[in-house]
Amino acid sequence: MGFEETELRLGLPGNNGGGSGTEVAEVVRKRGFSETESDVTDNVDLKLNLSSKEAGVDAKDKAKSLMNKEKNLLPADPAKPPAKAQVVGWPPVRSFRKNMLAVQKSSSSSSEESEKNMGLGLTLVKVSMDGAPYLRKVDLKMYKSYQDLSDALAKMFSSFTIGNCGSQGMKDFMNESKLMDLLSGSDYVPTYEDKDGDWMLVGDVPWEMFVESCKRVRIMKGKEAVGLAPRAMEKCKNRS
Amino acid sequence: MIEDPVYQMSEDDDRSPPLDLGGPASVTESSNKTRNCTGVSGSGSSPIEFQAQYPDQVLENVLENVLYFLTSRRDRSAASLVCKSWLHAEALTRSDLFIGNCYAVSPQRVTARFTRVRSVSIKGKPRFADFNLMPPNWGAHFTPWVAAMATAYPWLEKVYLKRMSVSDDDLAHLADSFPGFKELVLVCCEGFGTSGLAVVASKCRQLRVLDLIESEVTDDDVDWISFFPESQIYLESLIFDCVECHVNFDALERLVARSPSLKKLRLNRLVSIGQLYRLMIRAPQLTHLGTGSFSTSAEVMAQGEQEPDYVSALAAAFAACKSLVCLSGFREILTDYLPAIYPVCANITSLNFSYANINAEQLKSVICHCHKLQIFWVLDSICDEGLQAVAATCKELRELRVFPVDAREDIEGPVSEVGLQAISEGCRNLRSILYFCQRMTNAAVIAMSRNCPDLVVFRLCIMGRRRPDHLTNEPMDEGFGAIVRNCKKLTRLATSGLLTDKAFSYIGEYGKLLRTLSVAFAGDSDMGLKYLLEGCPKLQKLEIRDSPFGDAALLSGLHHYYNMRFLWMSSCRVSRRGCREVARAMPRMVVEVMKNDLEEEVMADYVEILYMYRSLEGPRDDTPKFVEIL
Repeated sequence: MGFEETELRLGLPGNNGGGSGTEVAEVVRKRGFSETESDVTDNVDLKLNLSSKEAGVDAKDKAKSLMNKEKNLLPADPAKPPAKAQVVGWPPVRSFRKNMLAVQKSSSSSSEESEKNMGLGLTLVKVSMDGAPYLRKVDLKMYKSYQDLSDALAKMFSSFTIGNCGSQGMKDFMNESKLMDLLSGSDYVPTYEDKDGDWMLVGDVPWEMFVESCKRVRIMKGKEAVGLAPRAMEKCKNRS
Repeated sequence: MIEDPVYQMSEDDDRSPPLDLGGPASVTESSNKTRNCTGVSGSGSSPIEFQAQYPDQVLENVLENVLYFLTSRRDRSAASLVCKSWLHAEALTRSDLFIGNCYAVSPQRVTARFTRVRSVSIKGKPRFADFNLMPPNWGAHFTPWVAAMATAYPWLEKVYLKRMSVSDDDLAHLADSFPGFKELVLVCCEGFGTSGLAVVASKCRQLRVLDLIESEVTDDDVDWISFFPESQIYLESLIFDCVECHVNFDALERLVARSPSLKKLRLNRLVSIGQLYRLMIRAPQLTHLGTGSFSTSAEVMAQGEQEPDYVSALAAAFAACKSLVCLSGFREILTDYLPAIYPVCANITSLNFSYANINAEQLKSVICHCHKLQIFWVLDSICDEGLQAVAATCKELRELRVFPVDAREDIEGPVSEVGLQAISEGCRNLRSILYFCQRMTNAAVIAMSRNCPDLVVFRLCIMGRRRPDHLTNEPMDEGFGAIVRNCKKLTRLATSGLLTDKAFSYIGEYGKLLRTLSVAFAGDSDMGLKYLLEGCPKLQKLEIRDSPFGDAALLSGLHHYYNMRFLWMSSCRVSRRGCREVARAMPRMVVEVMKNDLEEEVMADYVEILYMYRSLEGPRDDTPKFVEIL
């Protein structure tokens, strides 16, 4: 059974044939974030925008059977298209060829390193999500802000998460004021390991500092992030 | 001798008929036939033993003389299956060895059976390794091969390796072991450096061909070009465009000057256009030229020197190369110099502009002369407009490859269905296409399937994952369906864009000659893969990534896997349990399960990478830590 075909999506009123796959982002984009939020609790009854061949299937039954699986992470911010995270080895252009062109553009000699990151100034970090079967790699330098990153990650991991749209989505943990609600719930929390080996909450430090110090990202279940909460709480206390 | 028919699996996929791995039955069969042969050719009433020996020997001698002329691998495979005599005779007369998977058969077995080999071709890693889908140091080491061949094939002349791991020691061993060694071709290889090249250059006194193609060569600070001795005057081909370190230009110039047989010269990125000129005037007999940077050196540019006469001087040099048919390079092209190549355009059959970031106008100025062009590699910087120009002029085009300047998803791409449609209308003789784009339509793909029915290779890469037809928003099923339906000679296919299981049902239904298939981010369910495994009888190489195919699909191919060279599935839905079942059901398959990342946390039963292949040898003994053989 393919997860994509049963992926729950927000069907817009009047939205015809939003298609599937990557069209989801466009669909959601049209609504303001606040609208998305309020609809979340209604999503048990949401229109399931399944691919055409699934017409005969009772979508709700399928949805129920998948409740136990990972929660859906909404692609959020409607204002701009979510940046797509780079996937290893895609598009299938040989690194040799990619390197050559990068070298031409920068007019400096390319490094002989086999490590993909080096020589081109990439900042590839591994991103894992609890419950997801495998992790992704993301180039942090492709993003300008936490917002960009969260959009991309949501898109990336939504392809194999199904279930209700009950969570606030990743949008929230980027928003400090919602941090407390989030941490007490069963939602997902992005954390990262920095250069010193400490695990921190994503969003703790200014973006540039994050890019410099982040070694890897782990999106954990909210409950497991409780140990990190005190830091965040202190931070919130200090600010309010 | 169970190995006899089984050995065929190392043959080129497109030559040998699919064969059954069954052992004992075929052995008996060949013995029977031998006895028949003996019986028939005998005459008189001599004792059976005497009769048995003499006619056998005559037969083998005759066979050897006849089989000597057999060059096609498929013919040789067929001949070796006739009976034991033929098996032996064929083995003695086979001089070109092709090993499609270095782990399918061991060097010992090969050298034991084939004793008079002059030329060896070995392929190693699976293709997806090129895209970092597999950690380095997976294997495919040349070392055991060179060791076995050093003793078995002292007269070895040619080695061709693709995606093998070759060390400097291996190269030294090769250089020491084969006094008559003539040709070394390394494609997509790694593990060696300029020091290994130096040994080959200095010790292989009979060397004619040294071709390094898309290989990684480490810079050991060794001036390898200087190691060609003065007595080296037989060089026919020197290809080093992938070598990323400076070569001693004076030594190179002297080498070219003393090599009147040099036909192929492909320079690396660090050779300037001025240096190119100096080499060209010494080698007007060239047929294949890689121009290096095609730009002035940094020092010259820093000084602000203008070299306005260079264009005409260079053009004269090009004009003098009356045999030039294949042009490549242009690694850092100074487009002002482009007109220098006009004199050869009318004759060239192969042009590689895939490193030249030129626009449509610049391309047009060149391509309008290239009426004989058959092979064209280019960057998408030329846009649809450039492709239209190609379509208008290059009526003989057989192979087109359009690479992306910017290989990211979600950006505005310069080429689209418009370019593809134009090519299909202008280049009716197209056999092979590789096309990277950001958007595509079913209509254009269908048009190509109708306009270019002779397509053998169709590789479309819509760079955004799971992108539908951008005009109709439908999956790309119908486009790919039309390709397999209308292009009846198709043997290689690569899919992309949004594809449902329907696309795979089409491929299974119509792709009867399909040998190589590449699938990424496609399909809905196990049915997709099932359609392929049940429908495509000639499928040899199947590589799949990020598609929702699981154990049920995997297990539906058990009837076919022995006929394949390999199956690759990464980031799909297969589990260890499923893979183990395959391993249990098929003892001659080597089922490798890997992680792309040792530190990765994965669910216990989940398999990130499955790579399985048939083998006579069982599990290999050089697996790295990240590989597990079930």
